[in-house]
Amino acid sequence: MATIQDFKTEKPTWCPGCGDFGVLNAMQKACVNLGIEPENVAVASGIGCSGKMSQHMGGYGLHALHGRSLPNAQAIKLANDKLTVFAAGGDGDGFGIGMGHFIHAMRRNIDITYIVMDNHIYGLTTGQASPTTEVGMKTKTSPKGAVEQPIAPVQLALAQNCGFIAQGFSGNIKQLTSLIEKAIQHKGFSFVNVFSPCVTFNKVNTYDFYKSHLVNLDEDESYDAHDRILAMRRVAEANNIVVGLIYEDPERASFESTLPGFPETPLVEEDLSISEEGYEEILATFR
Amino acid sequence: MHEQIGWKVGGKQGEGIDSTGDIYAIALHRMGYYVFSYRHFMSLIKGGHTNYKIRAANRIVRHHGDTTHVLIAFDQTTVDYNWHEMVDGGVVIYDSTSFTATKPDDANVNLCGVPLTEIAKECGNPIMKNMVAIGVSAAINKFNPDDFIPVVQDKFGKKGQAVVDANMDALRRGYAYFNENFNISFPAPPVPERAEGDDHLYVSGNSSVGFGALAGGCRLLAAYPITPATEIMYWVIEHLPKHGGVVLQAEDEIAAVNMAIGANFTGVRAMTSTSGPGFSLMMEALGLAGMSETPLVIVDVQRSGPSTGLPTKTEQSDLNEAIYGTHGEIQRIVLTPKTVEECFLLTAEAFNLAETYQCPVIVLTDLYMGMSYQSIDKFPVAAVEHRRGKLITEQELKDLGVYEYHRYNPEVKDGISPRSIPGQKNGRYVALGNEHNGIGIEVEDLETRTSQVAKRQRKLANFQHFTGVSVDGDSDAPLALIGFGSTWGVLEEAREELEEQGIKVKHIHFSRVFPFPETEFHAAMESVTQGLVVELNTTGQLTELIHKSAGYHGVLEKCLKYDGDPIGLSEIVSAAKKTFKVGVHS
Repeated sequence: MATIQDFKTEKPTWCPGCGDFGVLNAMQKACVNLGIEPENVAVASGIGCSGKMSQHMGGYGLHALHGRSLPNAQAIKLANDKLTVFAAGGDGDGFGIGMGHFIHAMRRNIDITYIVMDNHIYGLTTGQASPTTEVGMKTKTSPKGAVEQPIAPVQLALAQNCGFIAQGFSGNIKQLTSLIEKAIQHKGFSFVNVFSPCVTFNKVNTYDFYKSHLVNLDEDESYDAHDRILAMRRVAEANNIVVGLIYEDPERASFESTLPGFPETPLVEEDLSISEEGYEEILATFR
Repeated sequence: MHEQIGWKVGGKQGEGIDSTGDIYAIALHRMGYYVFSYRHFMSLIKGGHTNYKIRAANRIVRHHGDTTHVLIAFDQTTVDYNWHEMVDGGVVIYDSTSFTATKPDDANVNLCGVPLTEIAKECGNPIMKNMVAIGVSAAINKFNPDDFIPVVQDKFGKKGQAVVDANMDALRRGYAYFNENFNISFPAPPVPERAEGDDHLYVSGNSSVGFGALAGGCRLLAAYPITPATEIMYWVIEHLPKHGGVVLQAEDEIAAVNMAIGANFTGVRAMTSTSGPGFSLMMEALGLAGMSETPLVIVDVQRSGPSTGLPTKTEQSDLNEAIYGTHGEIQRIVLTPKTVEECFLLTAEAFNLAETYQCPVIVLTDLYMGMSYQSIDKFPVAAVEHRRGKLITEQELKDLGVYEYHRYNPEVKDGISPRSIPGQKNGRYVALGNEHNGIGIEVEDLETRTSQVAKRQRKLANFQHFTGVSVDGDSDAPLALIGFGSTWGVLEEAREELEEQGIKVKHIHFSRVFPFPETEFHAAMESVTQGLVVELNTTGQLTELIHKSAGYHGVLEKCLKYDGDPIGLSEIVSAAKKTFKVGVHS
C-alpha cells in the first residue's frame, strides 16, 4: 500500500500559503486512502499555477496546453481504464480558454475527476481578471473594476446535469480529501471546484473571506445531494459560496458503459494485429 | 471498340445524382472493369450543380479522365457545364419530360431526349428516373440489363422485393426505349482478365486511410466532422469497434488532437483525421506532441483554402503548414501517399514512425484522393508491420529504482530516449510542453534548454525510410514531371502520352516530403536538365521546398492549378509540351 511519502516529488514552486498546496495535499491523501498506487495515477493539467499539479502529484503527468487538460484526460482514461485519471487546472484554464471542453466532458461523462483550483484571478501571469473574477474587482486588466458577470461553475454543472458536483476549500483539507475520494469513486465524470486562494494577487477572496462566508452543505442534514432542483436553489441562494457534496447521480451511466462495443480489455492491452478472418471480413466490404 | 468509357450524370444536388453514379460505378466494377469515379459537388444540400463522373477501362486507371462519351443531364445546367468535355459524337441523354436541352451550334454531340420521369412514373414512382437513366446508359454501353440485378438487389433489397423489381423494371424500360428510338452506341471494352491471386476492390483514399489506421494498430480515433475527411471517421466507426477500438466525436479539432495525444501518452496508438480548417486548429497541439515527444498521427485531407475556402474542392496547399506549422521548432514527418494503396500502407506505417521517432507524423492526402473511388487489385496487407520503438521494460525500471528513470535523458546518442507507459512502476514522469529536464520537470536553465533542443533535433538527423521518391519511366530521360501525393496517377498517364509522342520524360514523385528525401531526389534528378513541377496550389510550395532543400534553381518550371478542380491529363500534357519546348515534334 502506498503512503503519502510515495507521492512526494520535488518541492512545489507555489507562493507560500497558496491554496494549491491544500489541493495537492488532499488529492494525494485521497489516493492513499483509497489504496491507489502512484504509478496508476495520471494527471493531465493545463497552464497556470494550478497547471503544475501534474508535476507535483507524484503520478504520471501530462502537463499539456492551456485549457486542454480535459481532452487529454478523457482519452487517457479510455486508453487505460485501470488508471485513476485527474484533469486539473485553474479558473482561467478551465472556464476561460477551456470552457468548451468542460461542458462537453460533462455531456460525454467519461470516468475522470476534474479538479479546478478556482482563485478568481490569473496568478502565474501576475494578476489579470479571470472568468470568475467578481464584478467590481480591480485587477491589472480591470483597473477600474471588472464589469463582466463571473462564471458560476457549480450552477453551470448543475444545468448540464453533471453526474457528480462538489465544491471544496483549500482551508479545509479534511473535507476536500473526502470530496475528492467520493469524486474518484463516482463512475463517470466528476467535477470538484475548489476555492483555492491566491495570496499574492487576490486580496478579496482570501482564506478569511471564505472562512466567514462559506455555507457547508455537508453539515446541513436537511440538504439532499440527490435533488438537483434543490441544489440549484441552495447554490443560487448562497451566491455559489457553498462547500460540500452538491449533487450526485449515482445512476447516471458513464460513456464507457453505454458506448456500443466499448471493449472489455483496456485499449492499451489490445493486440495490434488483425486476424486473417478480420482482414477477409474487411476486404469483402470493398468488393 | 473503345479501351475505356467516360460516363457522367449531372443535375441539382439532392436529386439522387450520387446514388445514380454509385449504382452505375459499382455495377461496372463488379462486372470486372477498372473504375475511377469522381464526384463534383457543392457545399449545400439542395440545388446548385453536382455531377458524378465515371471512367471505366480494361486496365487500372488512376484518375477520372478528361473525356466523356455519355452524359445524363437532369437539367440544362448539366449540359452547359459539361458538353465541352464530350468526345466527338458523344451522347447527351436529357430528361425530355422536364426540359428540352440545347447546345452550342458547333458542339458535335448528339442530344437525345428520353422521357426519364415519364417512364419512371409508369413504373410506379418518378424518383426512379435515375434507374431509367441507368437502363439507357446500359443500352449505349452495350451491357446486359441482367448484369445490374446484383447491385440493384444490394441497394434496394432492404426495402423489399417489390421495390427491387420496380427498379429493375425502370432500368429495363429505359434500356428498351433507347434501343427502340436511337441507334448510337459506345460499347464498353471487353472485361479485363484478372491475374492469378489478384482481388478486385473498390476503394477510396479515405476508406484506405481508415483501413490503414486499423491495420497499423490504431485503437482510438478522435475527430470532428469536416469535409472531405469525415468519411475516414465513418469507415473507422464501422470497423474499429470490432477490433477493440474506440471512436470519439470530439467537440472541436482542438479536443480531437489533444485526445489523440492523451491516448498516445498512455501507450495506445491513436490518431485524428481532419481537413485544412481543423488542421489549423491543431497547430498548438502539434507543438505539444513535438516538445513532449509524444507519438501522434494526424491525417489532413486537404481541400481548397485558405479559411473556409472551397470546402468541396481539392487542393494541395497545406504542404507548408504540415512542414512548418506550429510556433517554435519541432521534429515531424510528413507523408504524402501517391495512391490509395499507399494511403493504406503509409497510414499504417505512420504509427511505426510516430512511435519510433516519438514525434508527430502527418499524412497528407486531399479531397480528390480521399473521396474518389477506384478499382484496385489488392491492398499491400502483408507489408504492414508493428514497430513500437523504444519502450523501457518493467525489469529495467525495477533495476533503476524510484525516480531514477529519465524519460528525457539528453545523453542518448540518437536523441530517442525510451518511453514508459502509465501504470509501469518506477516509470513515472511528466510529459510536457514546457522545456524540461530529464525527468520531465520544467526548468529554464541554459544548459538544459540547449541539451534538450539538441536531443530532439538529433532524432531525425539521419532519417532513412522506404518512403521518399519514386521514379517511373526512362531513368536516363533529360526531362521530368515532378509531383507529390494524389497527382501520381494523372502524371503517370501524362508521362505515357508524352512518351508516345516521342518525348523522353520521366516521372519523379514524392511519397514523403519531410524529412526531405534529399539523396533519393538527387539520384532521380541526375539525368534531368529540365523539370516541370505539377502541384495544386498558388505558390508552388513543393517547388520552393525542392529549391530550399536540394537546389535546382533554373531547372524547374511550375505547373500550378488552384481553381478547385483536379488537374486533367490534357492540362499537364500541354503545360509539359510548352515548358519542354517540344510542341512541334519532328
